[in-house]
Amino acid sequence: MASEKLFILVIGCGRLGSYLASQLSHGGHSVVTVDTDPQAFDALSAEYSGFRVEGDAAELAVLKQARMDKADLVIAATREDNVNLMVAHVARRIFKVPHVLARVFDPRREEIYRDLGVDTVCPTTIAADALLAKLAEGGLSAGGGKNL
Amino acid sequence: MKVIVVGGAKIVYFLCRTYISKGHSVVLVNRDLEECTQLARRLKATVVHGDGSDPQILAEAGVESADALLAVTPNDQDNLVICEVAARRFHVPRTLALVNDPDNEQVFKELSNTIAFSTTHILANLIEQRADFEEITNLLPVGEGKINVTEVALTEDAPVVGKSLIDISLPENALIAGILRGGHAIIPRGSTVLHAGDQLILMTLPADHGQVLKLLLGESAQ
Repeated sequence: MASEKLFILVIGCGRLGSYLASQLSHGGHSVVTVDTDPQAFDALSAEYSGFRVEGDAAELAVLKQARMDKADLVIAATREDNVNLMVAHVARRIFKVPHVLARVFDPRREEIYRDLGVDTVCPTTIAADALLAKLAEGGLSAGGGKNL
Repeated sequence: MKVIVVGGAKIVYFLCRTYISKGHSVVLVNRDLEECTQLARRLKATVVHGDGSDPQILAEAGVESADALLAVTPNDQDNLVICEVAARRFHVPRTLALVNDPDNEQVFKELSNTIAFSTTHILANLIEQRADFEEITNLLPVGEGKINVTEVALTEDAPVVGKSLIDISLPENALIAGILRGGHAIIPRGSTVLHAGDQLILMTLPADHGQVLKLLLGESAQ
């Protein structure tokens, strides 16, 4: 995937979205970023050469304007789980986007969307696992027993 | 029937009140604690405080034994996830969702077992039908709009007033199926004479609709 140029939609231009969009644009992909807040686009790096679409991603017309129908990859990274899940659902079912990724904070919701064929990334689980690994390195186990 | 309603504001209050008065058992889920307290005070319903798209909150609301779930929050994304969780995870037999953006109706159609309704769509249609032309009310489209059933009120200056049906040359694809006159219903025959003030129940094919209206009401009907 790294060698070919892709058309990528990044929904949500917060810390994660802006970083991803900047990196992907820098990597030579053509990127469109969507956010409700026009000021959010300030977080994009200076090298970002993609488009910016201001609007609510829960509105179908906004996703059409961002050309979701042409996207090779959609990354849903807004701060709201339900928006990300809906965007993923629309990308998958309506626009038949081949690759869809969604950030989901609540691990309980992650399960449901795995059925949909949407790859989810849950920062809560990742952080928890990483922290537990660190604890284990330091000689503490999650099982409650201490290995001193 | 046990119904779970997720959402807030007046619509939820009045919906629940209607369901309760019909003898259904209602569980309400709302994110706002203050609103929950108020609703619990005013309604004979169980009120659960929490995010309705969280499976755990739905489980607390007793979603497993629910016959139907209604998602009427002002956010389409929330309504979508609520119905998705209820249908997929808890196998609620009937889920209904309010769709705020009418374009999203097609998105909700992809959901298993969910009926989506867009108030924007319904209101826009109602207003169009009513405001368009005072004398004409579209009663219902039959067969996905392939047949129009329309109610037409005859004004005094309508060209067909005083004529019998046999003398009016309606196009082939049109039928006056009934007449409401002074509170009575008449099934018309060829000899029936039309009066001013008659309400005609008209069945037409959409292609001939405009032509038939013009014939009955004169040039003013556009």
